[in-house]
Amino acid sequence: MTPLLKVENISKYYGNRLGCRDVNFDLYPGEVLGIVGESGSGKSTLLNCLAGHQEPDTGEVVFDTRVEGLKDTVTMSEPERRMLSRTDWAFVHQNPRDGLRMSVSAGGNVGERLMAVGARHYGDIRSTAIDWLDKVEISDDRTDDRPSEFSGGMQQRLQIARNLVTGPRLIFMDEPTGGLDVSVQARLLDLLRGLVRELGLSAIVVTHDLAVVRLLADRLMVMKDGHVVETGLTDQVLDDPQHAYTQLLVSSVLQV
Amino acid sequence: MINIENVSKNFVLHNQNSVTIPVMENANLLVKAGECVGLTGSSGTGKSTLMRMVYGNYLTQAGKIVVGDLDIVTALPREILNLRRDTLGYVSQFLRVVPRVPTLDVVSEPMLAVGVEREAAHARARMLLTKLRIPERLWSLSPLTFSGGEQQRVNIARGFAHEYPAMLLDEPTASLDGENREIVLSLIEEAKDRGAAIIGIFHDEAARNRVCDREVDVSTYTPKAA
Repeated sequence: MTPLLKVENISKYYGNRLGCRDVNFDLYPGEVLGIVGESGSGKSTLLNCLAGHQEPDTGEVVFDTRVEGLKDTVTMSEPERRMLSRTDWAFVHQNPRDGLRMSVSAGGNVGERLMAVGARHYGDIRSTAIDWLDKVEISDDRTDDRPSEFSGGMQQRLQIARNLVTGPRLIFMDEPTGGLDVSVQARLLDLLRGLVRELGLSAIVVTHDLAVVRLLADRLMVMKDGHVVETGLTDQVLDDPQHAYTQLLVSSVLQV
Repeated sequence: MINIENVSKNFVLHNQNSVTIPVMENANLLVKAGECVGLTGSSGTGKSTLMRMVYGNYLTQAGKIVVGDLDIVTALPREILNLRRDTLGYVSQFLRVVPRVPTLDVVSEPMLAVGVEREAAHARARMLLTKLRIPERLWSLSPLTFSGGEQQRVNIARGFAHEYPAMLLDEPTASLDGENREIVLSLIEEAKDRGAAIIGIFHDEAARNRVCDREVDVSTYTPKAA
């Protein structure tokens, strides 16, 4: 099986400061990779480098494109990369305001991504949009409301619908449940798990919440000061951590 | 089916003066298809540790643990996940599930993961839940709100949903009353009859004598204090 994404030696510096260094991993179709670490550990920098939001200083992010097969996305042309990020890739921001158009209706938010890949038939776009709003549990009488009138949890679900409507194969998530209260978080996790399994999506999830990765991720990568200090099966890394930092992280979780 | 050879394990606690705690040395165990081996030994001798090592939940420092044709000790995470999905089941003492997912879906999940149709998976889940005497009115609720014994039985239903060729059972009959224990033991016997290789921990001696073909005292693998 070919990996969907091959990440090789990704490093990113901000001047003299280290963002992340020498990150390597393969992601296979249907796999969910969790990246954990404290604030400033470089996990968001890494995610942004992978998703093409920032240019890494060194390394390759090779994606298995539908037409041309394995291709380095760091060196591909800007239009090509943009096309990828509208079709095969999706990015769920921590703050839904970064991923939504707040002044456009919910249906419009979902429809816009469809139009960006060439859909033009209004009826089709609208019905697909309503279908996706239903999948993320937003009722169809809210289709014409603006996201600014939605609660935080609904905004986050709308962002997920907007991202998934074009049938991406790889989804990047930056703290997808951050800032949501636990009941909303549970519903969102359940939704994400279901979608990942039904659609066979691959995902890279950055979070500092160990409970979230335990439920969502197959594999886990632990970052500290820009370096990957430990990787492995999620439950193995959490239950039998080997690195001093991971042990500290796991033992610092408060019991409910 | 499960072959453990010369296996050793240490825990290193980096944040507690880097103490190294050796917990297992030269463990050997061979479990054939259709056989159930009971692990014995007092608390803290490493019964659950050995089981978790077989499941890939704990890392193993030395030796080989072969399940089917995969060596867990050197396998990639992806290979272990495939093994857990298709071949190796694990019933732990605790139920760990996503909040708010209905019991019926919790039990169906392992079957859906191996590609069983939703209808067929639900049918088998209903059969198992009925057998384990979980009242039907609870099936649409999340098991996290259930009593300890009910959670344990949901966990067992989930563990036996897919017919794994190899199974690890960590005190499946703990916290169950007589009748329920009987049902669980019969599930284990059925699994043996269809050829499953089973490693089990049973504190209840009667249960152990009934389903285990032999016993292995894990304390013989405990490193001697230097």
